[in-house]
Amino acid sequence: MSTELTRCSAAELAGRIHARELSAVEVTQAHLDRIAAVEGAVHAFLHLDPEAALSTAAAVDDGLARGNPPASPLAGVPLALKDVFTTLDMPTTCGSRMLQGWRPPYDATVTRRLRDAGVVILGKTNMDEFAMGSSTENSAYGPTHNPWDIDRVPGGSGGGSAAAVAAFEAPLAIGTDTGGSIRQPSALTGTVGVKPTYGGVSRYGLVAFSSSLDQGGPVARTVLDAALLHEVIGGYDPLDSTSIDAPVPPVARAARAGATGDLTGVRVGVVSQFRGQGYQPGVLRAFELAVSRLRELGAHVIEVSCPSFDHALPAYYLIAPSECSSNLARFDGMRYGLRVGDDGRHGAEEVMSLTRAAGFGPEVKRRIMLGTYALSAGYYDAYYGQAQKVRTLIIRDFAAAFERVDVLVSPTTPTTAFRLGERVDDPLAMYLSDLCTIPANLAGNAALSVPAGLSDDDGLPVGLQVMAPALADDRAYRVAAAYEAARNAAEGGPLSHRVPEMEVVG
Amino acid sequence: MPTVSRDEVAHLARLARLAVTEEELDLFAGQLEVILASVARVGEVAAADIPPTSHAVGLTDVFRADVPRPGLTQRQALSGAYETEGGRFRVPRILDES
Amino acid sequence: MTTGTTALMDYDEVLARFDPVLGLEVHVELSTATKMFCGCANAFGALPNTHVCPTCLGLPGALPALNGAAVESAMRIGLALNCSIVPWCRFARKNYFYPDMPKNFQTSQYDEPIAVHGSLDVLLADGSTFTVAIERAHMEEDTGKSLHVGGADGRIHGASHSLLDYNRAGVPLIEIVTKPIVGAGARAPEIARAYVTVLRDLLRALGVSDVRMDQGSLRCDANVSLMPRGATTFGTRTETKNVNSLRSVERAVRHEMGRQAAVLAAGGEIVQETRHFDEVTGGTSPGRRKETSEDYRYFPEPDLVPIAPSDEWVARLRATLPELPGQRRARVRAEWGLSEPELRDLVNAGALDLIAATVDVGAPSAQARSWWVSYLSQQANARGVELAELPITPEQVARVIALVGSGALTNTLARQVVDGILAGEGEPDEVLATRGLAVVSDDAELTAAVDQALTAQPAIAGKIRAGKLAAAGAIVGEVMKATGGKADAQRVRELVLARCAP
Repeated sequence: MSTELTRCSAAELAGRIHARELSAVEVTQAHLDRIAAVEGAVHAFLHLDPEAALSTAAAVDDGLARGNPPASPLAGVPLALKDVFTTLDMPTTCGSRMLQGWRPPYDATVTRRLRDAGVVILGKTNMDEFAMGSSTENSAYGPTHNPWDIDRVPGGSGGGSAAAVAAFEAPLAIGTDTGGSIRQPSALTGTVGVKPTYGGVSRYGLVAFSSSLDQGGPVARTVLDAALLHEVIGGYDPLDSTSIDAPVPPVARAARAGATGDLTGVRVGVVSQFRGQGYQPGVLRAFELAVSRLRELGAHVIEVSCPSFDHALPAYYLIAPSECSSNLARFDGMRYGLRVGDDGRHGAEEVMSLTRAAGFGPEVKRRIMLGTYALSAGYYDAYYGQAQKVRTLIIRDFAAAFERVDVLVSPTTPTTAFRLGERVDDPLAMYLSDLCTIPANLAGNAALSVPAGLSDDDGLPVGLQVMAPALADDRAYRVAAAYEAARNAAEGGPLSHRVPEMEVVG
Repeated sequence: MPTVSRDEVAHLARLARLAVTEEELDLFAGQLEVILASVARVGEVAAADIPPTSHAVGLTDVFRADVPRPGLTQRQALSGAYETEGGRFRVPRILDES
Repeated sequence: MTTGTTALMDYDEVLARFDPVLGLEVHVELSTATKMFCGCANAFGALPNTHVCPTCLGLPGALPALNGAAVESAMRIGLALNCSIVPWCRFARKNYFYPDMPKNFQTSQYDEPIAVHGSLDVLLADGSTFTVAIERAHMEEDTGKSLHVGGADGRIHGASHSLLDYNRAGVPLIEIVTKPIVGAGARAPEIARAYVTVLRDLLRALGVSDVRMDQGSLRCDANVSLMPRGATTFGTRTETKNVNSLRSVERAVRHEMGRQAAVLAAGGEIVQETRHFDEVTGGTSPGRRKETSEDYRYFPEPDLVPIAPSDEWVARLRATLPELPGQRRARVRAEWGLSEPELRDLVNAGALDLIAATVDVGAPSAQARSWWVSYLSQQANARGVELAELPITPEQVARVIALVGSGALTNTLARQVVDGILAGEGEPDEVLATRGLAVVSDDAELTAAVDQALTAQPAIAGKIRAGKLAAAGAIVGEVMKATGGKADAQRVRELVLARCAP
């Protein structure tokens, strides 16, 4: 029974909870049981709060029992929150030793909206330190394992959120995507991950990595679930000056419309830059198959060249470290978090340096150093300034492409999940994981990853990336939902249900 | 290929307030050179007539009304502090005047 | 760290050998209700860390939201300084570590200030006008305050640890920067002081700031350099901070000229550095060796969107500008029929704007002038402060004048009321009530006092009754003494004569 519950979609669970066929408490308990069973193998969570989760669930049940309408379409459904959003009742560590045990005195807007919607927050998920990484190996608290193969990475930085959803520990999760940190882990774990239009989801309380690129978004096992969660967390927030003051695009409606399986008249562009050398053949074959399914659904598919996308990765690795070097300056041991070397002999400046040396891991330090370099007078124009011009070119490429097509598609990531440790000592190889996802961050438009079957060379999940113009998130959902329905029909059910059984503890 | 000297790394580390060991100076110098070499091609593309983009979304003039809003209590404000004294954050001695 | 042994060149010799170049950076704390980037109250003197929130504490995840009123104040200041308001600008991050700055970067405008290229006319003691060119006015945020414990009298040296209060962190600041002021010669210190004075008056007229130098809501950093006479290449400059009064502005500039000249004459080099002004010694000492501007790694603030003031918006703000001090001077000179020297004396005494403000709230100009140039000027001199720094407002002076006009106070009592105001006892009416200074206008009470005095002095009473009216003065004096000066002497005299009438 409880195993069945954890395999249900969020939409189905919500429907049955709201119809009072199921209680939110039993749904929550089922997921807590599943976590207890598999978490030892997966390590998706950094913090769990079963009591708070059960009490939130009980409150939802109480409200429904009293005849109140559900607070949202997802009221009573459990969720795993990436440990980069502040939470009043749980620590927020960002996967860093720097913030070990830090309890923020405020809730992020996303956290608040989840609570207001009656969503049951189970705990905080593991991540690469301060969201810097593509494997979750940069967490100070040990890596998360991919439920499809526990010797492999779940991607990153939001590997914990993606793995929790893939391992049925939660039907929903929240991630953040700066260069692909929602989409790439989703691709590697066979889940759906969405980076909404920049400004679509408030960043207030999202501990910043790269402010002009960071965007929170949903992780789920179905496109509709992601859309429902998107509508809960999205929308204008006056506390975030870059928040868009417009209604959330009708993504749930688009997901439902897409699921009817008709893409007649939809123009789909295949990005010609994202194939060839460095792409795993099995990934490319899965991608071609996905494109042919889109054609079968009635889509008009053409090839679109976006030449500036070739420069997206280097531009990203200048802009993101530059902003991170500034955003992470506040972690100095003076007001919160770790303090090292306060022995009465060292002054504040030395304590800051010792604290930062001890509190940050190698990748974070590397990016801080790189960003400090790129922003320095004398290098600014050649690096940061040029990267911002590349950004303009990428925006122009997207604009030109969206003149011709409604959405662009590509593989989400060049390869399937790699082995733990495989790229740890090779930053450049690690950075290539985000090759296809970065352009949408630089331009700010919407993009998602939807499972596209398994790579025929290693049997691991492949993601199909669907990119849409800014504020047209619904287009990506429609195409993804149609594809998802067609793939499920052709391959006998959701990909997520083909995840291997894990050794269950107890 | 850009070269990054140990002195330069030491200067960057000081600016970034990262205590570094002698070994790390070499490590960072090497890593920065490799990464900079790989990102240097941003210099190839953009010509002078291309404006830089700092913000992905073209918003302007986003203002807040000048109306007070409750903040944190002193206890909340100090809740994460390593050490406090008299309602203030206690920190090691500050060596320089600002 | 002692400044006592600093060599100074004689001022005349400095001028014979060098031309000074000044640059003045004035920081103004805006008196908005809330801070620059968050809704915390912008208030002075609260318990530590009680006007703070995630944003101004720099907590992870918190974001800035720009105060529209602060932007309008910045634009109004720019317009009042004859600046152009730019059509588009952004904030930037100025990156450097300091414990009083919670994010370890200051959100500030860098190469895109909101107001540029203005000017301010400064009236000097000799009646001439010097035009100071304004480079820019830009928006930024203030830092928190640190308290150093364990060293001598809260100073940083020898402290064992420091304590941080972030109530001030994020308070809106406008930084107004002059272009290099050249050709000032001997008048450089005077120009510096006069500039800050006029700027303060202008900011006060705009109603954008408390402009209290003693509380730090107006702060001046004085950049001074010297170049050999006739040279055109500027010398290395120092930036003197902690200049907390108008007088100190003048002293600091003069001191730095003498100090730098002595260093240069001895074959030394000026070190580009921040120096600290010492109010007690009048000297300066080296402060923090600044990270050079190259090290600040400025870049556009990604968390705030650009500001694009429309022509309509600028025009609307221009229409809200009050009469500015320069305009007011021209007007009152005509209205009061002042001669050029009279006007200059009032300006030099720092009284003109105060008088005008007193007149503006209803006082007759003659009385307003009289109060400010005589009694209040004496009080300012006695305290060694500027007239405007006296803790009394034009509104309060106008009220005192009105009380005298209505007969509720005599001039003597009025001075006591003013003393009370200066002593911080409250508004004129409160002082009057608590000190019990109201004129005794009750004839019965006065008559009783007159009778008592006449009884006590039978000889004098006899003289008056005999027609020697001049003797009445002695009785009047007694009565005034008995009533603590609260009687109207004229009325007392009338009563004395009436009681002695045959």
